[in-house]
Amino acid sequence: MKVGIVCPYTWNVPGGVQQHIGDLAEALIALGHRVSVITPADDGARLPPHVTSAGRAVPVPYNGSVARLAFGFRSAGRVRRWIREGGFDVLHVHEPTAPSLGLLACWAADGPIVGTFHASYERSRALSVMSPILQSALEKITGRIAVSEAARTSLVEHLGGDAVLIPNGVATERYAVADPLPGWSGRADVPRGPADPAALGFLGRIDEPRKGLDVLLRAFEALAPARPGLRLLIAGPGDADDALSRVPPGLRDRVVVLGLVSEADKVRAYHSVDVFVAPNLGGESFGIVLAEAMSAGAPILASDIEAFDRVLLGGRAGELFPAGDHAALAAAAGGLLDDPARRKRLSAEARAAVRAYDWSAVARDVLRVYETVTLAGAGARVVESGLGA
Amino acid sequence: MSYDWIIDVLFWVAVVFLVGVYVSWRATRLDRLHVRVETARAALDAALVRRAAAALELAASRLLDPAASLVLATAAHEARTADADNREFAESDLSRALRAVVDQPDFAGALTAGAPGDGEAALDELTSAAARVGYARRFYNDAVRQARAARRRPLIRVLPLAGRAPLPDFFEIDDDPPGA
Repeated sequence: MKVGIVCPYTWNVPGGVQQHIGDLAEALIALGHRVSVITPADDGARLPPHVTSAGRAVPVPYNGSVARLAFGFRSAGRVRRWIREGGFDVLHVHEPTAPSLGLLACWAADGPIVGTFHASYERSRALSVMSPILQSALEKITGRIAVSEAARTSLVEHLGGDAVLIPNGVATERYAVADPLPGWSGRADVPRGPADPAALGFLGRIDEPRKGLDVLLRAFEALAPARPGLRLLIAGPGDADDALSRVPPGLRDRVVVLGLVSEADKVRAYHSVDVFVAPNLGGESFGIVLAEAMSAGAPILASDIEAFDRVLLGGRAGELFPAGDHAALAAAAGGLLDDPARRKRLSAEARAAVRAYDWSAVARDVLRVYETVTLAGAGARVVESGLGA
Repeated sequence: MSYDWIIDVLFWVAVVFLVGVYVSWRATRLDRLHVRVETARAALDAALVRRAAAALELAASRLLDPAASLVLATAAHEARTADADNREFAESDLSRALRAVVDQPDFAGALTAGAPGDGEAALDELTSAAARVGYARRFYNDAVRQARAARRRPLIRVLPLAGRAPLPDFFEIDDDPPGA
C-alpha cells in the first residue's frame, strides 16, 4: 500500500507527534508498505530518505502559546505537489486541527483520508471562531483515530463525531539492550544480600505528587538501614535538591537524582537497576514509562492502579503493591531483591507482555483502518482537489 | 451623477455572484458528505460480510466442537439473511456468539494445538475481520452524524441543496470484538 503521512510540526525538533510519525512510518515500511512523509523542517536538516520537507515552520502565537507552524502559499504549494506526484492509496494526516500542513493537506486532497488526533485540549477560542473553515477540511477525513481516551474525549466534545482508539506504540527494540550507567553495576541474576550493591529505580516527574515518589522515598527509608548496599536511582524533570531534602540526611549519599536525562541515558537507567519501581497514585491512562521499563526487561514493582494492573497482566509481568502503601512497597522490594529467580522470571514475562504494545502491533491496527477507508473508495486514490473545494 | 445606476447594478451583480459562489460551495460540501456516507456504508457492509464469512469458515473448519460450530454458523447465517429491520439485531447477535465462542478459556491454545497452521490463520482472519467491523461502523456513524448536522443547517433546509438524497441513519450494533 502506498501511504502519504503528513506531519504538522518541525521534524528535527523533538516532540511526541514527530516521534509517533517516525516510528509508525518505520513500522509500516518494515511490513513492506511504501511510505512518504511530508513535514516542516529546518533548512539543511538531515532527513531520512522517506521524508520530504515542506519548508520551514515559523513561530507564531497560536492558541495562547507560540507554536511553530507551516502555512502560507509556499507550504500549500509544496503539499499540493507532493499529493499530485505521490499517487497515494491513502493519506494519513496527523493533528489536522493544527493550522499547519495537516490542514493544508486536507484542503488540497480528495480521496481516502485518515486523521489522527493526538492532543487533548480545552475548548479554544480560535477553534470555534474558525470552525466553518476547519469543519470543511475535517469533513474530508473518512477515518478518525485518537491516540488516547483523553484525545478522543476532546474530539467528541469540540468537533463532534467519534474516533477509533489506537494508542501510541512503544519502540521496544530501542530499549532492549544497553549498558548500565557509569557507577552502576546493572542487574544480575544473583541474590542481592544486605551488603551487596543493589539498586531501585524511579523515572518520572519529581515534583508531581501523583507520580508517587514520596511513597518510594518512605519505603527506601525503611529498607536502607538493613541493606547498606542498596541505592536509589531517580531520573526525571524537577528540582533535584527538593527531592533530596525529602530524604533523611544520613541516606542522601545513597540517593542519586539525575534530573532530566537524554533518551540514551534513560535507556541505560532502566538497565542500571535491579528493580524498577512505579509507585504512581493514579492519573495514568497507560504508563508509557512502565512499557519502556518492560521493554528493557527490568523487573517491575508497581502500584496496583487500574492501568498498571492491566499492562502487567494482573501481576504476572510485574509485581503489584497497594497504591500509596509504602510499607507494602518496602516489603515487596525486599522480597524481590532476595529472590533472583523471581526477578529473572518477571523480566522475561515483562518483555513478552510488552510486545502487545509494540509499534508492529500498532501498525497492524492502523493498516486495518487504511484498508477500511480504501475499501470504501473501491480503489480510488488520493488526488489533488480542485481549488476552493 | 447620471452613472450612479451603473455602480448600483455592478454592486448587486457582485452580491449575487458572491452568494452564488457561497451556495455552490455549500452544495459541494454537502454532496461530498453524502458521497462519504455512501462509501462508508459500502465499507461497513463489506466488513460485516467479511466477518460473517470468517465466522462461517471457522464453523466449517472442523477445528471446533460441533456445538460451537453450530452456534457460529447459525449466527453468521442469521446476520447474512436478516432484512433491513432486523439487520442490527442479527449483527449484534453474531458479535455475542463470537465472543461466547472465542472467549472460552484457552480457546486460541486449543485451536492452534489441533491444527497449527489452519487454526491460527482462521483465528487471525476472524480477529482482524471483527476489529474492522468496529472501525468501519465508527467511520460510518461519524459520516452520518456530519451529514445530518449539515442537513439541519438553515441554508440547506431553505434551498433544496440536498436533492432527493435520503437522510442517512446511524447503524447501532454491539460490535465489541472477542478477546478484548
